[in-house]
Amino acid sequence: MEEYPLDDLLITGTEINYLFICPTKLWYFAKGITMEQESEWVDLGKFLHERRYGNEEKEVQIGRVKIDFIRKGEIIEVHEVKKGKSMEKAHEMQALYYLYYLKRLGIEAKAVLHYPQLNETKEITLDGREREVEEAIQEVVRIKSLPAPPKPVKSKKCRKCAYYELCWV
Amino acid sequence: MRKRSKTILSDGTLFRRENTLYFQNAKMKKPKPLVVEGIYDIYIYGHVNITSQALHYLAQKGIAVHFFNHHGYYDGSFYPREKLHSGDLVIRQVEHYLNREKRLQLARLFVKGSALNMEKNLKRWKVADGFSGLLEELFRELEMAKKITEIMNVEARIRSEYYSRWDEHLPEDFKIVKRTRRPPENEMNALISFLNSRLYATIVSELYNTQLVPTVSYLHEPGERRFSLALDLSEIFKPIIADRIANRLVKQGTIRKEHFRGELNGVLLTKEGMRKVVEAYNDEMRKSVRHPNLKTNVTKQRLIRLEAYKLMRHFVGVGRYDPLVAWF
Repeated sequence: MEEYPLDDLLITGTEINYLFICPTKLWYFAKGITMEQESEWVDLGKFLHERRYGNEEKEVQIGRVKIDFIRKGEIIEVHEVKKGKSMEKAHEMQALYYLYYLKRLGIEAKAVLHYPQLNETKEITLDGREREVEEAIQEVVRIKSLPAPPKPVKSKKCRKCAYYELCWV
Repeated sequence: MRKRSKTILSDGTLFRRENTLYFQNAKMKKPKPLVVEGIYDIYIYGHVNITSQALHYLAQKGIAVHFFNHHGYYDGSFYPREKLHSGDLVIRQVEHYLNREKRLQLARLFVKGSALNMEKNLKRWKVADGFSGLLEELFRELEMAKKITEIMNVEARIRSEYYSRWDEHLPEDFKIVKRTRRPPENEMNALISFLNSRLYATIVSELYNTQLVPTVSYLHEPGERRFSLALDLSEIFKPIIADRIANRLVKQGTIRKEHFRGELNGVLLTKEGMRKVVEAYNDEMRKSVRHPNLKTNVTKQRLIRLEAYKLMRHFVGVGRYDPLVAWF
C-alpha cells in the first residue's frame, strides 16, 4: 500500500482486542500462529453474524482495520458484533481504536457493539479517550516486538481459548 | 461435530456432484454421500479413482488425502495448498536446524522420548529385563554425541535391544527376530511396517493443521522429498501407538497367520488383515486419556497435535521441548 496516511497505525482491531484478553494470545496471533481455524466458537460467531446481519454492508476494510459493518446516519456508525459480554473491555477498546483510527483520517464516528445473543447493544464514543487508545497501541507494539511470547497466566478464560493447548500442554 | 478420519479400503470412485462428495463402491450400485464437514482426512488403500473436481473440493475444505499401495505402504499425500502460514515460525524452525547445538538437542530429545516410551512398553509387557540400566548408559552416550550419525547410532542400538526383549513376550509364530523392512520377511515385521506407515500419514495430517513446516526436521535429514518432521515425531509415537496395537492384535489372536500372504517381495497383510488392523488403529486413535497438564481428556490422535504444539513453543523460545512419555 503506497503512502497510506496512517503509516504509524499498523496494528489491527483484533490485536487491540487480544491485548485486553491475553498478551500471550496477542503475540502468537501477531506472528501468524493462529488457532481460529480450530475454534467452534469462531465458526458460531461467523454463523450468527451471517444470519442476523446478512443484509448489512459488511467487513469494511479501511487501511489496516476491518470493521464488521458500517451504517451511515447523521454521523458514521461502526458496528461490531460480539458473542458474549465477558470480554467487554476488550470489545470496547477495539471499538475505540476504530474511532481513533477514523478520527485520524478526519472522520467523526461513533461505535455500536452488538450482542445479538443477549439482545443488547452498547454505544461508544471516543470523547477524550484518545490517551487510553494510544497507550494500548504502544503496548501492542511492545508485545509484538518481544522475541518470545509473554508467559501465559492461567485464568478462567483459558479454557475456552483456542490457544489453550498451545499454552498449557 | 467432531471431524473424523475416513478410511477407504474398497475399490471405487471418489467424485463430487454439486456440493457433495460421493464414494461409488465398485461392488455397489448407489454412490454413498460423504459428509465433507465431518471429515478430517482420508486414507485410501483400495484402487480408487478420484476426479479432479473431488480434489478441488477437498483442497477447498483443507482435507489431506493419503494414498497407500496395495501392500499397504504409504505412497504419498494430496496435501492441499497450505492455509496456515507464519513466516516468523518458519524462520525459527529453520534456525533450530541450522544451529548445530540446537539441532542436536532436538534430535537427542526425539531419541530419548522414543526410548522412554519403549521402556514403558517393556514394563507393561513385563520383559524390561535390564533395559532401564542400559538406557542410562546409552543416554550418557547420547549426551556426548556431537553428530547426528552418532545419535542415530545410539537410537539403532536402543531399538535392537527393545526388539529382542519384546520378542520374549510375543507368541512363537510372531517373533520379530530381526526387524526387516522393504520387504518385511515375516508376519510381525509386516504388521509393524503397516502400522508405522499409517501412523506416519496421521502425523502428516496433524502437521498440516499447524504452522510447522513438515519438511524441516532434526533427527532425520530434511529435504529427502519426504515430510521428515513427521518421521521425527513418529519416533515418539511408534512405540506407544503402532507397537502396542501390533502387540495386542497378535496376543489376542485378532490377527493370525491366515491374515498374511507370502509374496516375492516379502510377507504382506491380506485385504482382510488390513481391514482388521485399520479398524484397530482407528479405534485406538479415538480412545482418550486424561491429560495431566491440560486436565482434560484428549484422544490418542490429539496427542500428536499436542506434540506439534510443544515443538512450536520450543521454537518460539518458551521453555524446552519435553517429549511425550506415556503415562497411560
